[in-house]
Amino acid sequence: MVWTVRGITRAMLPVLLALTLVEVGSGLVLGAFETTLLRYPSLLVLVPVTIGTAGNLGSILAARLSTAFHLGLLSFSPADDRLAGNALATAGLAVTLFPAVGVGAWALSSLTGGTRLALVTVVTVATASGVSLALLAVVVAVLATYAAYRLGLDPDDVVIPVVTNTCDVLGVAVLFVVVGVLV
Amino acid sequence: MGIRAVAVEAYREALPALLLSAVGGLLAGLVLGGMRGELRAVPGLLVLVPALLATRGNVYGALGARLSTGLHQGLIEPNLRIGDARVRAAIAASVGNGLLAASFAATAAYVALSTLGRPVAPLGDLVGVALLAGVLSGLALVVAVVTVVFVGYRRGRNPDTLVGPIVTTTGDVFGVAFLLLAVRVVVGVA
Repeated sequence: MVWTVRGITRAMLPVLLALTLVEVGSGLVLGAFETTLLRYPSLLVLVPVTIGTAGNLGSILAARLSTAFHLGLLSFSPADDRLAGNALATAGLAVTLFPAVGVGAWALSSLTGGTRLALVTVVTVATASGVSLALLAVVVAVLATYAAYRLGLDPDDVVIPVVTNTCDVLGVAVLFVVVGVLV
Repeated sequence: MGIRAVAVEAYREALPALLLSAVGGLLAGLVLGGMRGELRAVPGLLVLVPALLATRGNVYGALGARLSTGLHQGLIEPNLRIGDARVRAAIAASVGNGLLAASFAATAAYVALSTLGRPVAPLGDLVGVALLAGVLSGLALVVAVVTVVFVGYRRGRNPDTLVGPIVTTTGDVFGVAFLLLAVRVVVGVA
């Protein structure tokens, strides 16, 4: 591994700029429902935590699949215990975290005096987004790990940044759709 | 190992870090929710938020992983003096690349919004806000990552498992808080 500014930059910058463009794309989706977000502050409070939790769910799953893959414990079959078990855990984590995140977002925005949405609405938006995101995170993490394996790349190098940033973008897109349907 | 055993183990391992990072995300959301005035005054600022937050993770998460690997390989020492040329290069490269990505994001958002005919603040304002927020949160994240990785390593913890949650949590909170400060300084919104 090279430990000079030039060496690190050469390895990092191209991928970083590509990922930044992807994130600007997700920002444009966010900008498309800016009016709704500014009208309902509890939805604005949900934005960073939804993006962050979606990315985290994807990256944890991808890291676990990568490790199982390196240890020779993973086969890419829906009947594989590790694959199914990790997918199930991701769904369980989403079902645990997102309703709590919804309650937290509603409570914080009512403390600051900006709530206009009912608690039930905010919790429903958070939960519906979270469950959809968990399903998407599983699909993205499995596909990316499988693609890395087929292309002969080390899943650790490629999969985690790709999955994290894809889940960030999906987080915004899913929130956009759910808010459009429910609010 | 059956499906159930794998699922229970994966759930238990992941929950604490995810909860910690969700608390950080909610605090960041609280600051963002209080920034409605700034978001209205600087069109395009909201478009920058995902890119600026993700850059923190992509750049300083990589710094943490690099320092952690360097420690495991014996390339660097877990000392909090910045005299080591390798540690210095890794930090300088992270801050430099973070700032390049921030100004690139501001420019890309400006170009995209102008092309789409949507309202957007002057390019100089967006780049200035992105750069100032990038410098401030970059310094905060360097201190957080270097401290956590070195102190964790000296106490016999595996820094690899500490970096992710620390970077997401501090990155989100500092990222949004310094974004608010940067808008007030650069654009002068009261």
